[in-house]
Amino acid sequence: MIEVHREICAYCGCCVSVCPEGALELVDAYLDIDTNTCINCGLCVRVCPLGALEAKK
Amino acid sequence: MKREYDVLVVGGGPGGAYAAKTFAEKGYSVLLTEKRPAIGVPVRCAEGVGKKLLHEFFKPEDRWIAAEIDKADIIAPDGFKMELEPERAGSEVGYVLHRKIFDRDLIWQAAGAGAEVQVKTRAVSPLMENGAIKGAILEQNGTSHEVRARLTIAADGVESKFSRWCGIDTTVPLREMETCAQYLMTGIDIDPHATEFFVGNDVAPGGYVWIFPKGEKTANVGIGVGGDRCKPGNRPIDYLNRFVKSYFPDGKTIELIVGGVSICQPLPCTVADNLMIVGDAARVSDPLTGGGIYAALYTGKLAGEVGAKGLEKGDTSSRNLMPYDKTWRESYLGKALERNYQIKEVFVKLNDDDLNAIIHSVAKMNMSDFNTLNLIKNIITANPKVALKLGKAGLKNLIDSF
Repeated sequence: MIEVHREICAYCGCCVSVCPEGALELVDAYLDIDTNTCINCGLCVRVCPLGALEAKK
Repeated sequence: MKREYDVLVVGGGPGGAYAAKTFAEKGYSVLLTEKRPAIGVPVRCAEGVGKKLLHEFFKPEDRWIAAEIDKADIIAPDGFKMELEPERAGSEVGYVLHRKIFDRDLIWQAAGAGAEVQVKTRAVSPLMENGAIKGAILEQNGTSHEVRARLTIAADGVESKFSRWCGIDTTVPLREMETCAQYLMTGIDIDPHATEFFVGNDVAPGGYVWIFPKGEKTANVGIGVGGDRCKPGNRPIDYLNRFVKSYFPDGKTIELIVGGVSICQPLPCTVADNLMIVGDAARVSDPLTGGGIYAALYTGKLAGEVGAKGLEKGDTSSRNLMPYDKTWRESYLGKALERNYQIKEVFVKLNDDDLNAIIHSVAKMNMSDFNTLNLIKNIITANPKVALKLGKAGLKNLIDSF
């Protein structure tokens, strides 16, 4: 599971662009994760400029 | 909001605004949607643009311009500074814009030409009929609206989803996603007419640090690093904080800006039946500099021109929209993207010794011989190690791109 730390995220959209499954979406000023499509690959966690995403076991 | 338009434009950045304006000026009914409540904010840009390139579209309004730039400095990992005067700096000589004002003015122009603008309105899926795109489902203020359009323009930026929903893979490879953080700083001692670029694997692996002045003692100070080099403790924000602490310890930060720019090749095809993709969504930002304003304006306007011909004929099939894709690829923009992609592929492989050697040798070049091909020749002659690194295929790609 990917967790968004909303207090860190500044909604830039980097993570959305690298998601191979299209599981992320930037809705106005918050990030939405579709847990049904997310494959937990962790690319979004890697690319975040602020470290707002965390992969939870 | 009506239920039917000739053209639906998804996204209110410069690409969307210019497409909307172009269609509206030709008399077509246009709806432009922006998911955010305001145009142009939050800014996600270093705001630099080449002077000549911007002048292709208009004479800029004074209120758009934060600073005029006549010089660019490149700072090597060893601290050596190479000054690029106007003759050498090429399109890097330009403006630093106020994107908040610039983007809003472009939307005003589109609205003035007759386009309808709806903010805080998000496209949530394309409207498909018999396998073809016929507009989109839009969400606004808690209500869903089916809006039909003969032609849809995906101008939804780096985090583009619209074309993906239409079956086009827009995923950016991790290593080709430049992840960026920037502070707008004030109270810093800078040359208000010079941009500075710091390269090196300690300051910005796979990218660079930039200082783009926005007036006296004020600048965008930012960094982009390759997505694959981004790690906990070494994310753009960490690199930026370290840089600022060492270069501008007394500076005041008055805004945090984060963003991402794709440095991959453009989408293999930027049209589909009843769909055209423009700007960052088409992955046409510059892979070397990360600049995307010109590309967005150019593709937005061209989409308007080619799309209007399709509407006029009553045929907006991908075959009939294809001249858009072909034209931008063959244009100055397409060629620059191809060339800068090849240069970027070299740049990201260089270690600090390579970078130092290259920058020192380029600084010694004679101004009168200065053009990009000579630049490459000079780099390779002075630094045969770099040529070895590229290999035969890399070298051929690089030379072919000129």
